[in-house]
Amino acid sequence: MRRRQFSQLLGGGAALAAAPGLIGQAQAADPLKVGFIYIGPVGDFGWSYQHDVGRQAAAAQFGDKIKTTFVENVPEGPDAEKVMNDLANSGHKLIFATSFGYMNYTLNAAKKHPGVFFEHATGYKQAPNVATYDIRFYQARFVQGVIAGRLSKAGLAGYVGSLPVPEVVQGMNAFLLGMRSVNPKARLKFVMVNSWYDPPKEGDAAKALIDQGCDIITQHTDSPAPLQAAAGRGVKGFGQSTDMVKFAKDFQLSASVDMWTPYYIKRIQDVLAGTWKSGNVWGGFDSGMLTMAPFANMPDDVAAQAKATVADIAAGKNKVFVGPLKDQSGAVKVAAGATMGDGELAGMQWLVEGVEGKLG
Amino acid sequence: MSFFLVAFLVSTIAAATPLLLAAVGELVVEKVGVLNLGVEGMMLSGAIAGFATAHETGSVGLGVLAAIAAGMAMALLFGVISLSLQANQTATGLALTIFGRGFSALVGARYVGIPAPTLPKLHLGALSDLPVVGPVLFAQDPLVYLALVLLGLVAWGLRSTHLGLILRAVGDQHNAAHALGYPVLGIRYAAVVFGGALAGLAGGYMSLAYTPMWAQDMTAGRGWVAVALVTFAAWRPFWLLVGAWCFGALMYLSLYVQALGLPVPSALLSALPYIGTVVVLVLISRDARRIRLHRPAMLGQPFQTRG
Repeated sequence: MRRRQFSQLLGGGAALAAAPGLIGQAQAADPLKVGFIYIGPVGDFGWSYQHDVGRQAAAAQFGDKIKTTFVENVPEGPDAEKVMNDLANSGHKLIFATSFGYMNYTLNAAKKHPGVFFEHATGYKQAPNVATYDIRFYQARFVQGVIAGRLSKAGLAGYVGSLPVPEVVQGMNAFLLGMRSVNPKARLKFVMVNSWYDPPKEGDAAKALIDQGCDIITQHTDSPAPLQAAAGRGVKGFGQSTDMVKFAKDFQLSASVDMWTPYYIKRIQDVLAGTWKSGNVWGGFDSGMLTMAPFANMPDDVAAQAKATVADIAAGKNKVFVGPLKDQSGAVKVAAGATMGDGELAGMQWLVEGVEGKLG
Repeated sequence: MSFFLVAFLVSTIAAATPLLLAAVGELVVEKVGVLNLGVEGMMLSGAIAGFATAHETGSVGLGVLAAIAAGMAMALLFGVISLSLQANQTATGLALTIFGRGFSALVGARYVGIPAPTLPKLHLGALSDLPVVGPVLFAQDPLVYLALVLLGLVAWGLRSTHLGLILRAVGDQHNAAHALGYPVLGIRYAAVVFGGALAGLAGGYMSLAYTPMWAQDMTAGRGWVAVALVTFAAWRPFWLLVGAWCFGALMYLSLYVQALGLPVPSALLSALPYIGTVVVLVLISRDARRIRLHRPAMLGQPFQTRG
C-alpha cells in the first residue's frame, strides 16, 4: 500500500504539480495493482474513510495477489483525470474513482487507457471499460425518517445537505416519507453547505436548523460536525456513511453505514479471473452494501419499528418511493400504487410535499 | 419569535468570537506600526496545536495553552524575519499564512477524524436560566467572555495608560519614540507576539470549542476577515466589536436564511460574507480622511537604528 497526500503541503494549488509522476513504475509479473482515488482525507471519518475500509478489506483478502494504492484529497476537477492517468501509467489495471464529480474525468481517462478497468462510484455514465456502482442510500434515509417521525416532538427535522444533486434530493424525500409514514404532519427543513467536507460550515448549518426549531438532525455531508453540533445543543441526530457514535455517544440514534467491501472484493476477483464486465450495480440493504449502525438512545419500541422497516425494505416489501407522491406545490408526481423506477430516481430533482425550501 | 431571535444571537456571538480574538491581536500589532498578514496561518497553527495537545493529554486547558504557544511561535518567526532582518512585512505575512496552512495540514494528517475533549460551556446557575438574556449572555463557552474582556482591556490600555501611549508613539513615529529612549524593536516584538498569542487562541477556539475536531483549512478565511476587520474598524476597538458581530451574523445568516426556506440560491448565500467584506472595504476607503486620521503612520515601515 502506498499513501499519497494529494494537497498537503502548501494547501491546494501549489501541491497539484507534485502528484503526477510520483507513482512508481510497475514491474513485470507484479500482483494486480488496484488504485483508489478519494475526494476527502481517509480520516474524514465518513465517505472516504468507508471506501478505505473496503480497500483494506480487499487487500487483506487477496494478500500477495494484489497491491493497492490510494490517493486522497483529489478535487473533482481536471486533476482527477491526471491522477487516474498517472495510476494507469504506473501499471494499475483496476481503478476505483469514488466520487460523483469524477464522472467525466473517469470517462476521459478510460478512453486513453482501454486496457485498464475503471469503476466510478455514484455516477451514471458507463463505457466498455467503465462500470458504475452505487448504494441505495435513500433506503437508510427512510428508516432514519421513521425514527425521526416517532421521536420529534415538533414534528420538524433538519437535513444538512451538501449539494442539490439527485442523491441528496432522494435522501431528503425518503427521509420525509419515512417521517410521514408515522406522523402525517411531519416537516423537514434543509440547508445546503455547497461542499461535501467543511466541518465548521456543516456544524453551523446544523445550528441554524436547530435554531429554527428542528429537534432531530440528519446530515448528507462527510464529517461528524453536524452530529457534534446537535449533541452540543442536546439534540439527537444520525451519523453519515459510517458509525459516528464516538463523536456523540448519547445523541447518535443510528447511522447509515456504507459497505463497499463486498463490491470491491467481487470486482477485484472478476479482474483476477478475467471475467470483468462493465455494468451498473445499485445495492441496498438486501445486497449488504448498506447497513445501519446500532439503534441507540431511543425507546425499545421505536428501535423495533426501525428494525422492522429495514427488514421490509430488504425483503422488497417497501419500495420507499411509492405513489401517491405529491411535490411541494401539491401536484401528483407519482400516481397511487405506482413505484418510481431507478431511471427516474437517478434524475430526481423535485421535492415531496412536506420538505420546506427550494433547491438550487 | 423571541426564541428564534435568542437562538440567532447565541449562534452569532459564538461565530464572531474567533474573528474578535484574532482581530484584537492584529489591532495591537498594527497600532505599533507592524502589518502582519499571517493571521490565517497563525490561527491554523493554533488550531492544530490545541487539538493535538488536547487529544494527546486529554486536557482542554493544556490544549488552549498549546494553541496560544503555537501562535506565539509563529509570530516570533514573523518578527525575526520582518523586524530583525527587515524583510518586507506584506510578503513575510503572506508567507507565514502559506506556511501555516501547509504545516498545519502536514502535522494534522494524523488527527483528522478523531474526537478530542471539548471546552465546556459555562453555566452560571440562575443567571444562565434567565429568559432571553440567560442563554445569550450567560451560557456561552469561557473564551467568548475572555474575548470581550480582552477587547475591553486593550481598548482601555491603548487609550488611557502610559503603556498605550508608548505603543501608539511607536506606531505613529518610531524615530521620535526611539529618540525618547524607548526600545522600538523590543516593543514591536512584544506586540507581534501578543497578536500571535491571540490568533493562536482564536484557532484553538475553532478546534476545541466551535467545531471540536481538526480539519485541514478549518479556519476557512477567518484570519483574513480579522485583518479586514481592523481596517473596517479604522483601528478603533469598539468598532472592532461591531464589525466582528456583523460578520459573525453574516456568516451565520447565509445558512440561517436557507433553513427559513426563502427562495434564494444557496450559492449566492454562501458568497454573502465575502461580498459583504468587499462592499464594506469599498465604503470605508471612500472616506480617505477617516483612514488617514486613525491609521498608524508607521504601518508597514521597517525601523532601523541609525548612527
